[in-house]
Amino acid sequence: MIDTGQNWRGRAVLLLLLAPAVLWLLLTIILPHADLAMVSIRERVAPREYVNSLAQYRTFFTEPLYWHVFVRTALVSAVSTLITLLIAFPVAWTIAKIAQGRKATLLFLVCLIPFWVSETVRTLGWMILLRESGVLPALLVKLGIAAAPPELLYHDATILVGLVYTSLLFMVVPLVNSLETLDNSLIEAAYDLGAGAFSVLRDIVIPHAAPGITAGCIVVFMLTLGNYLTPNLLGGTSSQWFTEQIYNQFITRFNWEQGAAFGFLLLGLSTTIVWLGLKASGQRFADVMRRA
Amino acid sequence: MNSSKSGAADLEVNAVKKTFGSHAAVDELSFSVPHGSFFSILGPSGCGKTTLLRMIAGFIQPDSGDIRIGGRSMAGVAPNQRPVNMVFQQLALFPMMNVAENVAFGLARRGVGRLERLRKAEAMLERVGLGGAQGKRVDELSGGQRQRVAIARSLVLEPTLLLLDEPLGALDLKLREHMKIELKQLQAAFGTTFVYITHDQSEALVLSDHVGVMNAGRFEQLGSPQSLYYEPTTPFVAGFVGSSNRVTGRVAALSHGIATIATDDGWLLEARVRDSLVVGHSAIAFVRPEAATLARAAADLPSTQRSHVGRVDSLLFDGANSAVLIRESKSNLEFRVALPQTGQFSDLIPGELIHFAFDPERAVCFIAGASR
Repeated sequence: MIDTGQNWRGRAVLLLLLAPAVLWLLLTIILPHADLAMVSIRERVAPREYVNSLAQYRTFFTEPLYWHVFVRTALVSAVSTLITLLIAFPVAWTIAKIAQGRKATLLFLVCLIPFWVSETVRTLGWMILLRESGVLPALLVKLGIAAAPPELLYHDATILVGLVYTSLLFMVVPLVNSLETLDNSLIEAAYDLGAGAFSVLRDIVIPHAAPGITAGCIVVFMLTLGNYLTPNLLGGTSSQWFTEQIYNQFITRFNWEQGAAFGFLLLGLSTTIVWLGLKASGQRFADVMRRA
Repeated sequence: MNSSKSGAADLEVNAVKKTFGSHAAVDELSFSVPHGSFFSILGPSGCGKTTLLRMIAGFIQPDSGDIRIGGRSMAGVAPNQRPVNMVFQQLALFPMMNVAENVAFGLARRGVGRLERLRKAEAMLERVGLGGAQGKRVDELSGGQRQRVAIARSLVLEPTLLLLDEPLGALDLKLREHMKIELKQLQAAFGTTFVYITHDQSEALVLSDHVGVMNAGRFEQLGSPQSLYYEPTTPFVAGFVGSSNRVTGRVAALSHGIATIATDDGWLLEARVRDSLVVGHSAIAFVRPEAATLARAAADLPSTQRSHVGRVDSLLFDGANSAVLIRESKSNLEFRVALPQTGQFSDLIPGELIHFAFDPERAVCFIAGASR
């Protein structure tokens, strides 16, 4: 009897502690999404007259443009995630294993400092560097590499540079966390047993860091897929990013129904891609989230 | 070591030196380990033994000197190319692999085919008494089993030399005693040369054919466990190997290699001189607890030995290692005497008057402060 009483009290305290998080989820995520879901499954047949229908979703699959933009967004995001991983891994390795004490903290700070500036300002900074009358094209002309200042903005590569730059920290943090827990004596033991650098990386380091790698990749992929500012500013009108389509539907065309459906399609498709990625790499979601 | 002349030395260390900053971790050290023997390096933490072992494994480069393994100089040879394997202090088993994959790891690196290496791993696990554990995860094993996997993982590569870095340190006492015996049996069964480092003198004494007692980057003494125990050549070895009563005083008389030492309070005791002590020198004497005999009456002690008297301070019961702490009457110094195995004197009461004596041949003395 006493136990049950304490149990109830414990549960009440737990509920109170969870209340802010639950309210946050409910008010800012679940409610708006529920409303958007309602919006996405209706169709306007006449002014102020709506019927329930899946027409908005059908449009996505029947209209090749939307499909095309989505696949392109997903592919560029995947490539960007991969490049981010390749750049972040040596950085994380240096911070976690090579730099000692204060040096490691300092290196981490160097990765962090760009994020004290707002994303808009940072992206505009890239534009100042890369635009036709900008710093880098002028430098290329001065060095005699280019005859006339080239336009470095509005290429896919420019979008990639911006996306990788924005995502780097979100890859470095989980990588550092997972590499720090790797016991150095495991590396030495492998080396002692005859392994070379490649075998140590493949057989010891990557299996150990796999949850961290996966966590970083998921976070970066999702952030990149849902990024609006960077592709739009650096890619201009040719960027063809899926978030732009959503923006256009809501703001330009005032077609909320279509925009809401696109939003859900983005959510569903990106979740599917992440799920496939987890399956392919043999990772469990719970392990991965603990590292993130 | 004299046996190095036999020619089949698996490990030869010649004037190896390693300094960190101004501190010489290993200072001009030379020794050799004959084939098939169990060699221990015994020393307190910070004496440089880990640095020495890591130089043999190849993880640290010596500043000067040469290390030869199996007759071949190891200068410029990377750890993964040396005919040496190491059992790490925390064992460092690979948690991402099962037991068989751990044991087969080194074979895979040598390009041994999958079936062949799994067969070899299985046979090796069988030999260390872990048959049937191939598919287990590393964290499913007990401390002793993990130990055996770590050794199997190294021995399957048939190294010239197996290095062991205090592998028993993480085990609890009971298991440690058990694994000590098992290690010795494994070494005898495989015939591989073992180089073992430890700060535990009991491990070194029980396991080894030869022990190097290391202090401040040098070997204080190198010899068989028996010679270290009975014939220490430096005060450090006398104090570090086994337990001893330590008494400091001045040399009052000297005859036939036996010094009579007087403490400041006038307690006289005799010990064998191990260095160039002369009358008047201040000296430090070491007397083993088991060297002394007890008696309730002075007349019951051997008449040829100087008798001492004191009061029982406390009785330390520890089964076969039981001892009594005595306060010597003149100096008020604490003196430990082992209780006889017969159970005699187990009825001593604190405060009781007790006589004791020891053979001066079984006590040693050195110049005080001569320790490096």
